[in-house]
Amino acid sequence: MSDNALLRLSGLEKSIEGTQILRGISLDVQPGEFVTLLGPSGCGKTTTLRIIAGLLSPDAGTVSLDGRDITNLVPEKRDVNTVFQNYALFPHMNVEKNISYGLRVRGVKKPEWQRRVAEMLRLVQLEGYEKRMPSQLSGGQRQRVAIARAVVLNPKLLLLDEPLGALDLKLRQQMQQELKDIQKRLGIAFIYITHDQEEALNMSDRIAIMREGQFEQIGTPEEIYEHPQTRFAAGFIGQTNLIEMDVQAVSEDGLTLAYGGASVPARRAEFPVQPGEKVALSLRTERIGYARTPLEACALPATLKSRHYAGGSMRAILKMETGREVLVLCQSAQRAEGEIGDRVYLSWNPAEAPVVR
Amino acid sequence: MKKRRSPWAPLYLTLVLILMYLPIAVVVLYSFNANTSRFPTAFTGFSLQFYEALFRDTRGLLDSLWTSLILAACSCGIAMVIGTLGAIGMAGRKFRGQGAIETLSLLPIMVPEIILGMAFLAVFTAVGLKFGMLTLILAHVTFCTPYVFIIVKGRLAGMDPSLAEASRDLGASPVRTFFEITLPLIMPGVLSGVMLAFAMSLDDFVISFFVTGATTTTLPLRIYSSVRTGVSLQVNALCTLTLAFVAIVMAFKQLVVDRRANR
Amino acid sequence: MQENENMTEPRGERRRDLSSLVLSAPMITWTLVFVGATILYIVVLSFLKRSPDGFGVLPEFTLENYAKLFNANYARVFWNTIVLGLQTTALCVLIGYPFGYFMGRATKKWRTILMLLVIVPFWTNALIRVYGWRILLVGNGPINQGLMALGLIDRPLQLLNTHGAVLLGMVYALLPFMILPTYTSVEKMDWSLVDAGRDMGARPWKVFLTVTLPLTAPGLLTGCVLVFVPSLALFFMSDLLGGPSDLLIGNLVQEQLLQSRDWPFAAALSVVLLVLTSLIMFVYRRLGGKSTDISIF
Repeated sequence: MSDNALLRLSGLEKSIEGTQILRGISLDVQPGEFVTLLGPSGCGKTTTLRIIAGLLSPDAGTVSLDGRDITNLVPEKRDVNTVFQNYALFPHMNVEKNISYGLRVRGVKKPEWQRRVAEMLRLVQLEGYEKRMPSQLSGGQRQRVAIARAVVLNPKLLLLDEPLGALDLKLRQQMQQELKDIQKRLGIAFIYITHDQEEALNMSDRIAIMREGQFEQIGTPEEIYEHPQTRFAAGFIGQTNLIEMDVQAVSEDGLTLAYGGASVPARRAEFPVQPGEKVALSLRTERIGYARTPLEACALPATLKSRHYAGGSMRAILKMETGREVLVLCQSAQRAEGEIGDRVYLSWNPAEAPVVR
Repeated sequence: MKKRRSPWAPLYLTLVLILMYLPIAVVVLYSFNANTSRFPTAFTGFSLQFYEALFRDTRGLLDSLWTSLILAACSCGIAMVIGTLGAIGMAGRKFRGQGAIETLSLLPIMVPEIILGMAFLAVFTAVGLKFGMLTLILAHVTFCTPYVFIIVKGRLAGMDPSLAEASRDLGASPVRTFFEITLPLIMPGVLSGVMLAFAMSLDDFVISFFVTGATTTTLPLRIYSSVRTGVSLQVNALCTLTLAFVAIVMAFKQLVVDRRANR
Repeated sequence: MQENENMTEPRGERRRDLSSLVLSAPMITWTLVFVGATILYIVVLSFLKRSPDGFGVLPEFTLENYAKLFNANYARVFWNTIVLGLQTTALCVLIGYPFGYFMGRATKKWRTILMLLVIVPFWTNALIRVYGWRILLVGNGPINQGLMALGLIDRPLQLLNTHGAVLLGMVYALLPFMILPTYTSVEKMDWSLVDAGRDMGARPWKVFLTVTLPLTAPGLLTGCVLVFVPSLALFFMSDLLGGPSDLLIGNLVQEQLLQSRDWPFAAALSVVLLVLTSLIMFVYRRLGGKSTDISIF
């Protein structure tokens, strides 16, 4: 945690109508950083965002921006702007009036705000749409106007609440790229909310996985993907098989886990473990394979239960001796050999299979 | 979804509509009657005599119309302010006893009008108010306010709360947000509420009947006494004009106000 | 923590309470004075004694105003009013429900037109429309003349100043209050349920009774309240269309107020009417109705 953080949340707690939504969350955001809050609905993402924007006040904890405590500052005095989930464009104002609203409120003169609006429309590629009403725009265009309206004020921090949630898949992928470009170009820090793990992996500098009002894990997309610390983090990002195992032995090089009757070597855990503890091994579906003979250092016997074509890959389901079923995604059809009912070995590289709690 | 169309539906709708418009058509028709008898029952020919008489205003009908319009304008003006502010105040956060106040405020348009009429007569007498325009306005504001209140409140409930938040987020103070965002967006609601209240005020007979004074006669009161005593058909002429006016206002509302509201 | 202009919580929430109170203050005051206090006043008045000279009241508690209600003449007026109200409601259901139903099933363009057609007479003065009926129903008016010209009758029928005429006027005046909520509920209905019912082989009538009717029942209920409650007090209807025996509670209140000048008794009548209305509202709410549905039309 560095001292020149742009935004610092510390120990935020919030209850709404008797339900505790936030259970003490802390986060530092650096200038120009793209941080994603990722989590299932109801985990407290939006509440966190609203507290940063000043639309809600925390029950405990502080928010500081640029080293200044803004916990109790009204929203209009904060150097933070928001892109709302449903865009919240003012339906009675045209695009130009919407984008210039914040400038006009600040008393910026007409020639100046017109120039800035034109600049923004160029940025979001909506030149010539000045006089359109929001109802005459498509979802993607509204999205761009909402972004332009927020960034025209040069905030230090932009908050985006599932901004792409309402768009269809194709447009969403295109907008992901554009948003990222805008963020890079303007150098504004983004706090971005989504429940879409792919969006989070594609766009973020750092991802904070949220669950039940707490951060489960904060890290770069790679850290989160390759080194998840909890079952939840491992399961929420990517597709994985979480196999419950017991810790048998702990050493410098790694762990030995017990599964069924077998012993399985595993890499070191990212957290302290004791023998006898229950942990889970995260076997990512695309990082594991199977064959009639063991392929890698780690292998467990299983039966091929089903196998079918799934576009670019084959999906196979193996049944372990314990009865546990494991999904395997084989990138090429060659590796997905065997007939239904065959005895095979489920194999993986221990370095690619993190131990989670 | 495929709609099966019954041949009976248009027939039935037409029949009921004919019955609905029959008395109105008769009023319009008889306003052009040449028959001058005191209780005219037969249509004897086309004439504009009642319109001429109306504009000479031999029976004070236009006076009453004027009284009614002033009354409606004053009452609705006050009701608009009170009702709109009330709706905004009671739309968001609840305060203690809000439910009771709301129920009480809706009472005037939920209970039979005669209760309010009688109650006002009794209270105004007890307080010693002089019956006339003032008492009429007090009574009319009381039943006009709930119409404005309900419609504006409905409009506010349908408004996306993030719009006001977005305005604050973009740097506008609560006051500025109210005038730039909230007020323009609820304006169609305020307008329909006021129009409804205006129509109700113009139409009110029962309450006015009890709280009017000797010298202020609203149009419905004048019509009532005319109908009871069976006087000249100038009433018909005035009714026809009123109808034409209502039709124009309704068309205007449908074409302009509602279209803008839907935009 | 610095306390200044720009601070929100925790003072902010309280301040929002305060600002909503300030905004609502005119309406709250008006309601308390002109509705609350006014109604309280007639409740009090209804328990006071009438002064012997006939003008004014004595500050003495009495129940005799309510006792009077059991007088056969007054009880009959109550009974008449309620019977007329029920008849009006029943007829409005019979005529208005199919109308609202057909209207809700019409195309969008026709729905708008029909709506306008229903509303325009509704906005014209009720007295004017009643007056139109008077012209039609009078002894030598168009209806009687038409019937005689057709040779169906030899002498004019007594149409005006009858119970039937009052009922006609009531149904006529209150029909839109039945049509509009019915129409709304039919329009909102999920018709795929009806299709599903037909799909499973149920006969149209059976589908109507088991699917359509229950789904549109809330609108029907709202309509019934909207028709029945005002029907209790439209005293000008019996004034203008009815005969001497068609006295309603409304007429009685009016007569007590303006002719007999027995205000405590008029107040008692109003209180009974108020209690009756409140009871109907209570039952309506219990059955799942919303009070805003009732007041909006």
